[in-house]
This record gives sequence, structure tokens and C-alpha cells, in this order.
Amino acid sequence: MGDILTAVLAVILGPIVTFALYALLNFLVGLLPTKAGNILRPYVFIGPVLLLVGSMLVWPTIQTMGFAFMSADSTTWVGTQNFQKLFADPNFVSTVLNNLEWIAVVPIVTVVIGIAIATLTDRLGPVRERIFKSIIFMPMAISFVAASSIWRLTYSWNVGGGTQVGMLNAIVQAFGGTPVAWLQQETFTVNNLLIMVVVIWANAGFAMTLLSAAIKAVPDETIEAASIDGANAFQSFFRIILPQIRVTAVSVFITVLISTMKIFDVIWGMTGGDFHTNVLGVDFFREYFVYNDTGRASAVVVILMLAIIPVMIYQIRTYRKQEELR
Amino acid sequence: MSREISALQKVKNWKVGTTLVMLAVVMIWLLPTLGLFVTAFRSQDDSIASGWWTAIFNPFHQDWTLDAFKGVFSSTWNLGPAFMSTLAISVPATILPITFAAFAAYGFTFLEFKGREVWFSMIIGLMVVPMQAAIVAVLQMFVAFDKWLMTIPGNEYGDIHLAGEYPAGWIVHSAFAMPLAVYILRNYMMTLPNALIEAARIDGASHFQIFWRLIIPMSVPALASFAIFQFLWVWNDYFVAFLFVGKHTVMTYQILSMLGQHGEGWQIVMAGCLISMLVPLTVFFSLQRYFVRGLTAGSVK
Repeated sequence: MGDILTAVLAVILGPIVTFALYALLNFLVGLLPTKAGNILRPYVFIGPVLLLVGSMLVWPTIQTMGFAFMSADSTTWVGTQNFQKLFADPNFVSTVLNNLEWIAVVPIVTVVIGIAIATLTDRLGPVRERIFKSIIFMPMAISFVAASSIWRLTYSWNVGGGTQVGMLNAIVQAFGGTPVAWLQQETFTVNNLLIMVVVIWANAGFAMTLLSAAIKAVPDETIEAASIDGANAFQSFFRIILPQIRVTAVSVFITVLISTMKIFDVIWGMTGGDFHTNVLGVDFFREYFVYNDTGRASAVVVILMLAIIPVMIYQIRTYRKQEELR
Repeated sequence: MSREISALQKVKNWKVGTTLVMLAVVMIWLLPTLGLFVTAFRSQDDSIASGWWTAIFNPFHQDWTLDAFKGVFSSTWNLGPAFMSTLAISVPATILPITFAAFAAYGFTFLEFKGREVWFSMIIGLMVVPMQAAIVAVLQMFVAFDKWLMTIPGNEYGDIHLAGEYPAGWIVHSAFAMPLAVYILRNYMMTLPNALIEAARIDGASHFQIFWRLIIPMSVPALASFAIFQFLWVWNDYFVAFLFVGKHTVMTYQILSMLGQHGEGWQIVMAGCLISMLVPLTVFFSLQRYFVRGLTAGSVK
């Protein structure tokens, strides 16, 4: 009951206190002379957020950059030792390669599947379209922990090759194959690819929704004109529809790319990073909470940040361009 | 003749091929989830001995049972209290960031000031920063804060503390959600008619009044959409809850422990998943429209 009481109090008091805070700030600025007030007034609105984001995101990130060049308990400076050790470790190199594989596969496959489903459902009647889309979208409401559980059952392997309760192995058996422990199959990184299936399964609905809206926004006249000119369905898709949804496709790609780079929960739930399925997000968690090494954990994060910075610059540039168009 | 054509046209309009392809695709999406629903209602013996599909093909030779649900709510797994903890984190961690973000979005949209572009570019950049980058230092900050709290007379044993408690989770969730929240709400506010705000200014309304009386009521669709998004995110989160609210066990944590014991049958972990999915699925299907509208409003004009 204590939990509920806390939550109820927070729900009632939280907004009241927050609003009172803003009202107070607004009142204080109102007391100032007009000129000073006008300069400070915007910060009544954006100041608290800048403060929160600055103290909980910006400053801690800068500190982490520092920790990366310090010892395990952050007491002495060790230069680039953490990075040298990381890259001398073949396991870490395989972790980085896994990340690259994730980046190369997941975003593009998610976008392609999203476009395919959006295009196919767009041709159907409204009832079928809605039902199909709801089903594809549903995994978005499920936690990655639950998704991991669902798929671990699907991929599960019963020792000895007898009755299989996992669907994938049962299918393999039905076709006369030998069941295997799928999540331990390191050849051709089969286990990595199977975990990626889970993430694509979870993200496809997001991609589909945005791309579907973009496809519906394509003016019918352009498609009709193409068909009058003798274009078939494929031509009108690749020459007419695709160019018009490009901007949305790129933005979905970037969003999935970012979430793929920092992926953690699914791999943590599926393999814990074992059997060479480790990625940077999981490695950070292991270095910090299993090995208690703040230095190495921070170094892992710095490497992750370096990979993300180009995406960040791209995002800011895109925003600037959009602003100029407004 | 024309009737025949129209009959043929009708079949064509049904798009049988496309429907079949989509049915096959949807099966891949549904089957694993169906496995979850079925397994949760099977007995331990059954779920160890055979695949969940045998229960569908042969529904009358099954021990359908609620044992797994009794199991997850028993003192072994305590999913009841975990449900309450999850709720206690999620609701405030949804409402607080929206309140803050709405004020900031107003400032970024309707107030002219020096440095606006720079601040907002920073917000955009921060949307990309992974949580992992901040976590170590934030944890240390909370520990240091708790040490400072212990210097206050009467709190020598640290009875009042932040690390591991709900407010820590609310703060961290709010901060990490803030860049996206501000971005979404500002994008929406940009579409509101500027003339209306100027008219209100001329009538002598303060920014505070305009924000509260005009902009907030007009922004309800975007606020609702972000609220759903954030609620689902926090409810389903494992990372922040595990790191910052360690004194209270949330459902994702419990399910991960259940998953570690799937050797004793999958029914327990599936029942746990099912319980944890009830709230998000209800929220999701009842408010899907808002959610989809919000998702598409920002990116597609």
C-alpha cells in the first residue's frame, strides 16, 4: 500500500509543486525592471529543463569522459590504458564487430520490412488494414524483457534431441533436421541474427506506422499519371512512391540506427552477452556491475559516444535545414 | 456481360494474393505471442513435456490450469507488490516530464530570445546521447547527495535518502525523456496558429496566461501522445529501475529472474509476462489512435 500512497501523492503533488515553481519564477522575473525581465523571461520557461538536462545528462556525460582515462575506482589518472587494454582483448574486438553487424543489418531490414508492410496493407480494405497493422504494431507495447522471454521459448532447445518445446526446433524436427541450441550457434553469427529478429519484430510496427502515413500522403494524381503513361506497379512504386517517402524512410532509419547502437535489454535477456553475442551496451553493464571497473566501463561508453557523434551532427544539421525551410 | 465483369472486379478488389501474403507475415508476429498466452495456462508437467501448439491441436487432453498465475503471485515471486512498484514509478515518471517539457516547448516556440537556436540544437543533440553515458556519474551524484543528507541532524543513519527510491527513478526518467519530449511538443506547437497568440498578447494576456489557457488545451493531442509513449517506456523499462530504484522490485526484474528458472517449465515466466503486458496492451489498444497520430505528427507533415 505504501507504494500506491507514494505514487498518488507524487501524482497530486508533483504537478502542483512544478506549477508553483514556474509561477514563482515568473513572479520573481515580473518584479525586475522591464528590460531585465524581458531578457530573463524565456528562462522562466526553459530554465528548469536546461538545469535538469544539464545536471543529469550533460555534466554526467562529461564526467564519464574523464572516468574513461582513470583507474577502476576513479582515483588515479591512467592515460589511455583502459582503451589499450580493451582493444588488446580479442573478446572486446568481437564485441565491436557485433555492434557493426547490428548497425549494418537491423536499421535497413526494419525500414525495408516497414515499407513492404505499409505498401501491402495500403492496398487492402480498411478493416483488414487496421487488423494487420494492429498486430504488427502490438510488440511495441511489450517490454524487451517480455519479448526476450517469448523468443527464448521460441528458440529453446531440449537437451538430447527428444521432444522439443521450442517452435523453431520443432519445425526443424518436422523437416527431419536435428534440433540445436540456437542461441549458442556462433557459426555465421546465427545467434546474433536470431536476436536481431527479435528487435526487428519489435520495431517493424514503428517503421510501418510512419512509412504508412508517408505513403498515404503521396498524391494520387502522381500515381495515376504514371499509370496513364504505362508504368506498372513496380515502376510506379520505385519511381513515384519511393522518392516521395525518402525523407520519412531516412528519419525512421536514423531513429532505429540510434536505438540499435545502444541496444541492451534484448541481448541481456536473451544471452547476457555470452556466446559471442556481446555488444557495447551490454559490455558497459558488465564492466561496471560485474567487474566494478568504472574506468573500463566509461571507456566502453566513450567508444559508443564516438560512434554516435556523427549521427548527432547529422540530426542537428537536418533540424537546421528544416528550420530554414519554415 | 457487365455483371460478370463486376463479379470478377469484386474478386480482384478483394486482393486475395496480398491478403494471403499479409496473413503469412502476421503469423510470424502472432505465433510467438500466442505461445506466451497458451503456455501461461498450462500445467508444469505439460509445458515441460510438449510444445504449446499441442495444447491447441488437442485442447481437451490438456490440464488447463491457473497454477502458473498462483505461482507468480505467491511469496516466491511476489508479482503483486512488483506490479505496484512498477505503477509507482511509471505514473509520476510520465506526468512530471510532460509538465516540464510543455513549459520549455512553449519557450522555444513562442518566445524570441538570443541563443534560442543554440539551446534547441543542444536539446536535439541530446536526444541521441545514450543513457549509458550518464549513468555512472549520476549514480555517484546520488550517493554523494545521500552522504550530504546524512550530515543533517536526525538523519545520521541515512533514513532519508534518494538512491534506490522512487524519486530517484522519477528524476532520471524525466531527465532522459526530456529532449524527446521537448522536441515532440515544440514540433506540435509550431503548427498552432501564431495569430491567435499575438491577438491574446494584444489583449494584454501574459505569457503565463497564454500558456495555461490557450496552448495547453490546444496541445492535448501531442501531450497525450507523448504521455502514452513515455508511460509504455517507463513501464517496460528494466535498466533505470534496476540501477536507480533498487530498493523496490519492478516486474521486468522479476520476469528476468523467472526466465533464469525456465528449466522448471516455461509456464511461470509466461504467466509473469502476461501480467506485465496487461496494462501496456490495454493502454495501447484503447489509445492507439492518439499514439499513432502523435508518432506521425512529428515526422510527416
